[in-house]
Amino acid sequence: MNFKDNKAIYLQIADRIGDQILSGSLSPEGKVPSVRELAAEIEVNANTVARTYDHLQQSGIIFTKRGLGYFVSPDAKEVIVSLRRDQLMKGEMDYFLGQLKAVGITPVELQGLYQDYLNK
Amino acid sequence: MLQINQISFSYNKKAGDLFSDFSLNLEAGNVYGLLGKNGAGKSTLIYLMTGLLTPKSGEVLFDGENVRRRLPKTMSDIYLVPEEFDLPRLSIKQYVNLNSPFYPRFSMEDMQRYLDIFEMGGDMSLNLHALSMGQKKKVFMAFAFATNTRVLIMDEPTNGLDIPSKSQFRKLVTTGMTDDKLMLISTHQVRDISDILDHVTIIDQSRVLLNAGFADIMSKVAFRPLQEGDQPLFVLQSPFGPLGAVRAQEGEETKVDLEMLFNAALQNPEAINQLFTTQK
Repeated sequence: MNFKDNKAIYLQIADRIGDQILSGSLSPEGKVPSVRELAAEIEVNANTVARTYDHLQQSGIIFTKRGLGYFVSPDAKEVIVSLRRDQLMKGEMDYFLGQLKAVGITPVELQGLYQDYLNK
Repeated sequence: MLQINQISFSYNKKAGDLFSDFSLNLEAGNVYGLLGKNGAGKSTLIYLMTGLLTPKSGEVLFDGENVRRRLPKTMSDIYLVPEEFDLPRLSIKQYVNLNSPFYPRFSMEDMQRYLDIFEMGGDMSLNLHALSMGQKKKVFMAFAFATNTRVLIMDEPTNGLDIPSKSQFRKLVTTGMTDDKLMLISTHQVRDISDILDHVTIIDQSRVLLNAGFADIMSKVAFRPLQEGDQPLFVLQSPFGPLGAVRAQEGEETKVDLEMLFNAALQNPEAINQLFTTQK
């Protein structure tokens, strides 16, 4: 797995698992690979993956069944979408809107662009 | 699990001590990265840890037993992959049959699996002498991992490996690592192995400049473009403005950049030492 330089690796792995849940390759109540399996697959230290799982568990995206390992929460998709929405609103949206303002794109133009994008 | 207690060591009296009163404690369940400049004593430290060199004073204990006694129970549970080595004119199979009896937890199944990871599986009748340097290294490392010793020490393991093999090496470590094992990788190629480490140990001139886990490092040092008011521990000029290693703000977490951390530890040893010895 290739990592970007600007984000802690355990969070990048969490994003990847989030993507897999949203795309359906990991299904609700389905089993998540064990820490060691995933560590070997993506060639990352097991403690880093353990940290990812802690983080996902605290966010309510995965849960443990004692002795059986980690599973995707039934409402994982909703949780991920809401977390990503918060993240977008707090971070990138502000920058994006700033850029729009700087190059003089009006709210009406933006609406048109977004509509076109959705229609694609 | 491996305790280095106040060792002193020198190769000759004139040159002075390479190590004096040096201590370090390594615990099971961790993959350690040992970093240091050329001549900082990394290889020497490794030889002292594995009982191949004798300290002038002090001792190295493995499970409480002095490694210098080279007891069978110690030697059968430590494996060293040196930077350079010679292999005899034998087939892989003969080599394994000859050497594996010294290691009670050796597993042929693991050997096969690790050779497969390195894409060297299949033909165990290959003669070691007919292999390239990189291939020899792969066979040697596959064997080292297959011995399942609790301590596995590797000196510059990715030197001489081609680009795909570096990823295969990471797979070997993440596959072979278990909670009861201790691995230590001494290297300059920090980019090759950064993601597989739990713990970083930086030494220089007989001092431990830094000995910390990744989670600890991440909570204390951030690696990012500099902002006004930052007091950087290390600055790197880039075309997009200065980057640096800085004290992490509350809740700030960035990807650990081992090169910057290493340079920060060399340039600012006191600040790094203070940051990691005092509680936040």
